[in-house]
Amino acid sequence: MTTATKTDQCFNGLFSSFHEEAARRQPAELTALRDAAFKQFCATGFPSVREEEWRFTNVAPVERLSFELAKPAAGEISPDQVSLAGVRGLDSHEIVFVNGHFSAELSNLQKLPQGVIVCSLAEILREGGNKTVSAELGRQTGFDKSAFQALNLAFVSDGAFVHIPKGVVLADPLEILYLSTGGDQPTVSFPRNLIVVEEQGQLTVLENYEGVNAGNTYLTNAVTEIVVRAHANVDYYRLQCEDPGAFHFGSLQVQQEEQSNFRSHAITLGASLSRNDLGLTLVGENCEGTLNGLYMIGQKQLADTHTRIDHAVPNCLSHELYKGILKDDARGVFNGYILVRPDAQKTDAKQTNKCLLLSPTAQINTNPQLEIYADDVKCTHGATIGQLDENSIFYLRSRGIEEHDARCLLTYAFANDIIRRIKIEPLRNQLEDIVLVAQDVKAKPSTLEVK
Amino acid sequence: MLEIRNLRANVADKEILKGLDLTVRPGEVHAIMGPNGSGKSTLAGVISGREIYEVTSGEVLFEGKDLLEMEPEERACEGIFLAFQYPVEIPGVSNTYFLKAALNSIRKHQGLEELDAMDFLALVKSKMQLLNMDNDLLNRSVNEGFSGGEKKRNEIFQMAVLDPKLALLDETDSGLDIDALKLVANGVNALRSPDRAVVLVTHYQRLLDYIVPDFVHVLSAGRIVKSGGKELAQELEAKGYSWLEEPVNA
Repeated sequence: MTTATKTDQCFNGLFSSFHEEAARRQPAELTALRDAAFKQFCATGFPSVREEEWRFTNVAPVERLSFELAKPAAGEISPDQVSLAGVRGLDSHEIVFVNGHFSAELSNLQKLPQGVIVCSLAEILREGGNKTVSAELGRQTGFDKSAFQALNLAFVSDGAFVHIPKGVVLADPLEILYLSTGGDQPTVSFPRNLIVVEEQGQLTVLENYEGVNAGNTYLTNAVTEIVVRAHANVDYYRLQCEDPGAFHFGSLQVQQEEQSNFRSHAITLGASLSRNDLGLTLVGENCEGTLNGLYMIGQKQLADTHTRIDHAVPNCLSHELYKGILKDDARGVFNGYILVRPDAQKTDAKQTNKCLLLSPTAQINTNPQLEIYADDVKCTHGATIGQLDENSIFYLRSRGIEEHDARCLLTYAFANDIIRRIKIEPLRNQLEDIVLVAQDVKAKPSTLEVK
Repeated sequence: MLEIRNLRANVADKEILKGLDLTVRPGEVHAIMGPNGSGKSTLAGVISGREIYEVTSGEVLFEGKDLLEMEPEERACEGIFLAFQYPVEIPGVSNTYFLKAALNSIRKHQGLEELDAMDFLALVKSKMQLLNMDNDLLNRSVNEGFSGGEKKRNEIFQMAVLDPKLALLDETDSGLDIDALKLVANGVNALRSPDRAVVLVTHYQRLLDYIVPDFVHVLSAGRIVKSGGKELAQELEAKGYSWLEEPVNA
């Protein structure tokens, strides 16, 4: 017999009131799906460290708390705060959510080309949904694989729905900004994004999670599903800059159809505890999928990244490069799973995880996991863990560069592999600045400047 | 300019330098020669401030200031440059970025205005010609994928840009073919001036055919056992080092 934890009780309470109210503004089929998802969550509860997938990440700090559903608070946010939280100097279409709720006032969607849909999922659902939403929402992630995905589905309310029609190229990036204010009590929000890029469509999208009140405790439980149809091209950026007191559980699930190209760049900087699950399924031949990422954390932060690449068909290419920078007592977890199914001949999969430990008490658990059932494939993986090289530090100092700056510069050099692949220039510049002062934020800022 | 008196230094508790004296005045070129293990690299390491060398006694003055009290970066800012025997590769940091950071750090220390991108580029271009270096080198990562000769040339190029008062070349000739050696030597010769001193640390006399020193010192078992003019180098080439080495219990 399992005893209900405080959190189970808390979510029971939240669900019963939410469920009834949401049923009035959502299609019946979704209501049924949510109900099933919640039952599944109740049956499994939160994952424990006895589960292989959660061996190094203890979610007890989340379980101990009682959460309230985060309320709309767009009125508390000024446009200045939005531009400060977003990528500065970026010319983009912007859809903004505060505490998980869409804010039309803070969003900027006037310049979307004809046929492109970027809107609030809640609004679409209120209108009874549409064909794409009915077909795709919850199809990839479902609720039977992960407690957090189940919980998100149970509480589906709002998020971004993005639809790029066949052959349409969205030239400027789309920024999906989630701002959390937190509150006196711990709050929880369940962002849910659905992005469908039809044949030959092209999209650059940035999903950005930011806290606006350092010191508050809140939980973001986000799920994003992306469908990349044949010959489509998607650049996906994910920036996690939650407040230091926040918990962030994010899932991304992508399906790629033939000859499509998908590149993900996941940057993890914030939250006290964060878990990113990224899944890429290659269902069409001759696809190219890239998962790149950088996690840079300090103090007692924990950042866990689990990636899963499923080569279901032949002749696909996947590249994965994750880099971690860990300071103080920070802990990183990286698990990279690659599945090559029996049919997936001529698969070319490459996975690399490199970590830089900047303090003797920082920790990383890194685990490449390859399961290969085809016999004519090229699969490589590698993991390295290291410190800054003392010879390099001396070399820089011997040229007149201060030790502190030398350490910053070498940390930056380590991260540069990921940063230079970012094609959104303002984002790249912002990250360069962040990494250059990474050594010790409390110490004086580095005198170095990029370019 | 550089005054070394009775310098003793250890590496991992083993005494390598055993009472070394050396005086270098502005405009002079000194060659320090000696067999393997005589302490040549230790001397270069102590002057540049490497932590693995522990100075146990003696003093090193640079323009009257106590060098041993300074951090490596302060020494560089005061005008000392070490050309490394094994230059370090730094992937992810471009040559331009690295050199600009170094130059501006030094200029700041010396109370000069920092160079902007335009002025910096103009300076760099003029120095590149001196060493016959390719333009694309600027955007490449520091020493990454460079051949041995390219790395050494890059050291002299950095020296040309940073414009030190005292240049210390640690076995810069080792591993160079004759063409690379000439390029490096030309670079060093072009930088000779009445205000600048050069100390060449080398095992072989070959480099001294191209960079003619004012003084040659022979280092043996941690001390300078003989000093002379440039002819001493030729004598060493002909006779080897053994006639100068100190008996074991000296």
